Amino acid sequence: MATKKYRSKKGMERLTNTIIYIILTVMSVVWLIPFVILIIQSFRGELGGATPYFFPKEWTLNNYVKLFTKTKFLTWYGNTLLVSVVVTVVQTLIVLATSYALSRLRFKMRKPLMNLVLILGMFPGFLSMTAVYFILKEIGLTQNLVGLMLVYSASSMMQYYICKGFFDTMPKSLDEAARIDGANRRTVFFKVILPLAKPIIIYTILTCFTAPWGEYMFSSFLMLGDPDKFTVAVGMKEWLLPTMRSEYFTVFCAAAVIVSIPITALFIWLQRYYVEGVTGGAVKG
Amino acid sequence: MVDLEYLKMSSWSKFWFNFVKFFKKLPLALLAFLKAIPKTLLKLCKKFLNIFVTIGHAAKAGDWKTRTSFVVMGFGQISRKQWLRGILYLFFEVLFICYMVFFGWKYLVQLKSLGDVAMIRVEIPEPPFIEYKFVDNSLLILLYSILTIFIMVSFLYVWYQNIKGNILSQELLEAKQTLPTAKDDVKSFADEQYHKTLLSIPVLGLTIFTILPIIFMIFIAFTNYDKAHMPPAQLFDWNGIENFKRLLGGGLSNDSKIFAYTFREVLLWTIIWAFFATFTNYILGMIVAIMINKKGIRFKKLWRTVLVMTIAIPQFVSLMMMSQFLSDQGMFNSLMQAWGWIDKPIPFLSNGTYAKITVIVVNIWIGIPFTMLMVTGILMNIPADLYESARIDGAGPAKSFMRITLPYMLHVTTPYLITQFIGNLNNFNVIFLLTGGEPLTLDMQYAGETDLLITWLYKLTVNQSEYGIASVIGIFTFIIVAVISLILYNHSKSVKNEEDFM
Repeated sequence: MATKKYRSKKGMERLTNTIIYIILTVMSVVWLIPFVILIIQSFRGELGGATPYFFPKEWTLNNYVKLFTKTKFLTWYGNTLLVSVVVTVVQTLIVLATSYALSRLRFKMRKPLMNLVLILGMFPGFLSMTAVYFILKEIGLTQNLVGLMLVYSASSMMQYYICKGFFDTMPKSLDEAARIDGANRRTVFFKVILPLAKPIIIYTILTCFTAPWGEYMFSSFLMLGDPDKFTVAVGMKEWLLPTMRSEYFTVFCAAAVIVSIPITALFIWLQRYYVEGVTGGAVKG
Repeated sequence: MVDLEYLKMSSWSKFWFNFVKFFKKLPLALLAFLKAIPKTLLKLCKKFLNIFVTIGHAAKAGDWKTRTSFVVMGFGQISRKQWLRGILYLFFEVLFICYMVFFGWKYLVQLKSLGDVAMIRVEIPEPPFIEYKFVDNSLLILLYSILTIFIMVSFLYVWYQNIKGNILSQELLEAKQTLPTAKDDVKSFADEQYHKTLLSIPVLGLTIFTILPIIFMIFIAFTNYDKAHMPPAQLFDWNGIENFKRLLGGGLSNDSKIFAYTFREVLLWTIIWAFFATFTNYILGMIVAIMINKKGIRFKKLWRTVLVMTIAIPQFVSLMMMSQFLSDQGMFNSLMQAWGWIDKPIPFLSNGTYAKITVIVVNIWIGIPFTMLMVTGILMNIPADLYESARIDGAGPAKSFMRITLPYMLHVTTPYLITQFIGNLNNFNVIFLLTGGEPLTLDMQYAGETDLLITWLYKLTVNQSEYGIASVIGIFTFIIVAVISLILYNHSKSVKNEEDFM
C-alpha cells in the first residue's frame, strides 16, 4: 500500500512536470515565433506586405542593401544612438543624485518633494507636451536633437523610485562609520555609496539607454515633418503606413533586426543586474 | 463581532463583510479627510504668519544694516563681511529687476485679456506691398506670464531668506559669536546643504519641463484655444468652464453630446483595459514563474533567457510587428486562408470587440516576461516550510497558490501593482502602435474603439489642434489616476513603512 502510494505520487510528479515542459515549450515558441518571422521576412525577396506562405520563395540580402543605401535609416540610427547615449549619462547622474538625497539625507523639503513628484507623475505625460513644444520653439530647439535630449532628461528626476529603494536597503551604519572618520556627505556619496551601488547603476544605465529606442510619443511630436531628425521608432513607423507598407515591409523587418541585435546582446550580457533591479524595485515601490 | 466569529466565516461571507465594512467606513473616512483640511490650513496659516512675524521682528529690532537690506538685498551681508552671500543676493535682485522691467511686466499686464491685436497690416514699398506683422501672441503671453509669476514667487522667497539671514547674523554678532565665512558657506554645500547641490539641477529641469507646462495646460483648459484660434495669426481668449461643459455634455449642441458620449466610452474602456492588462499580466506571469521555478524542472536558465530576449527587443518593434502580423491582410490571416483553415480574415484589429481582446492578449505576450522576472526573486523568499505544511495538510498546488503564494505576493508587491495600474491607464505605446486606437466608429469624436484617454489626447492635440478640450481630458485623467491611487495606497501598508527597511 505504502509503496503504491509512493509510486503514484512519483507518477503524478512526472505527469505534472511533463505538462509543465509542454506548456513552457509552447510558450517559448509563441514568444519567439514573431521574431523568427521577423528575421525570415527580412531576407524575403518578393515585395508586398504579407505572403500566404511561411518561407519566402526567394532569399535575398537586398532589403539590407536597400535599408542602408536608399533610406535614411543610418541617419535615424545615428540620431537615436546619440540621443540615448547623452540621455543615459545625464539621466543616470540625475537619478543617482536624487535617490541619494531622498534616501540618505534628511531635510525639510524631503517629504513635500516626494509628494510633489508623486502627484506630477499622475498627470498624463503628453499633456505638458504642447507647452514644452512652445518653450523649445522659443529657444529654437524644435526639430532638434538637443531639444529631444532635454525633454527626455529634464524629468528624469521622477524615475528615482527603484534606485532609492536600493539605497534604502543599504545599511545606514556604513554612512555613520564614514562620518565618524571625518568624511563629509559628498565623500560618503562618492566613496561609500556609489562603489556599492554597481548593480543599480548598471540597471539605471540599461533602462535609460533602451528607453529612447522605443519612445514614440514625444519624438514624433517634436520632430514632426523633418525626416532627418527622426529617431528609429518614428521613422520606421512611417514605413508601415498603408501607402508605403507593400514596398517597405521587408525593409522594416531588416531595420528591426538591425535595431534589435545590439540591444538584445546588451540585455543578455547584463541580465543579472536587470533582474536584480526589477525585483528590488518592485518590492520597495 | 469578535475575531473568532470572523475567522469562522466562509471566504465569501468574509469578502462580503469586508465589502460592507469598506462602504460603512467610507463616510467616516471622508469626514476625517474633511476635518483634516482645516487643520492643514491652520498649519499653513501659522507658517505664513511666522514669515510676517520674522519680517516684523527684523524691521523693529534690526540695525541700519539689516534695514537697508530690505531694499538693497545683500547689503547687510556685505557690510558684515559675508561677501559671497551678499554679492549673490545683490546680483539676484539686479537680475530680477532687469527681467521684470525689460521682459516680464509687459506680458503680465496682458494676462487678463490675452492680447488685443493679433496682427496688423503694414504697407511696404516693394511688392506685394502689403505685409502682416504679428503683434500679440496669446500663447506666449500666457506662457511668459506664468513664468513671470514663478520668478516673482521665487524672488519673494529669496528676499525673505535675505532678511532672515540678516537678522540672524546681527543677533549672532550681538551675542559675540563668529559668522560663517564664505569658505564655510562653500564647504557646507558638500555637507550640511549637500541636498541642495544634488537636487538643484534635477528640480530646475522638473520645474521648467514638467511643472510649468502642466500649469500652462491647466490654464489652457479654460481658454478657447483650438483650430479657429491659433496663435500667432489669431488670438485665443478665456472662456471659463465652456470646455468642461462641452466634454461632459452640459452644452446642448450636437457636438457636445458626441464629445460627452466619446468621453464616457473612452473612459470606460481605459479603466477596463487598465484592470485586465494589469491583472492578467500579474497572475499569468506569476504562474509562469512558478512553473519555471518548480523543483525538478530543468533548463531553468534557458526558459528565462528566452523570455528576457523578448524584453530586450525594443517594444515598438514587437508591437508594430504584431500589428502587421494580425492585420486583415497580414501574415496570420494570409497563412490561415492559404492553408484553408478559415474562409475570410479574422478581424483581429478591425472589429471593435476583437480589437479590444487582441490588445489585451498582445499585452499579455509583452508583459509576462517582465512579471516573470520580477516575481522570480520574490518567490524564493517565501518560506518553503509553508508549502510543506500545506502539503501535509492535503492542499493541492491550486490551493497552495491561492492561499500562500497569491496573498504573500499581493502583500509584498502592492506598490508594483499600483504603479502598473497607473502606467496602464496611461499606456500610450501598446495602444497607439498596435491599433492606433482603431477601428474608427461614427459615434465617437476623433476617437476609435480602442483609444485610451491618453491616445485620444494625443490625437486631439496633434491631428485636431483641439488644445482646450485636450487639456480638460488631461485634467480628468489626472483626477481619475489620483483618486484610484489614493484609494489603493491607503490600503497598502508597505508604502507607509518606508523607514522599516533601514
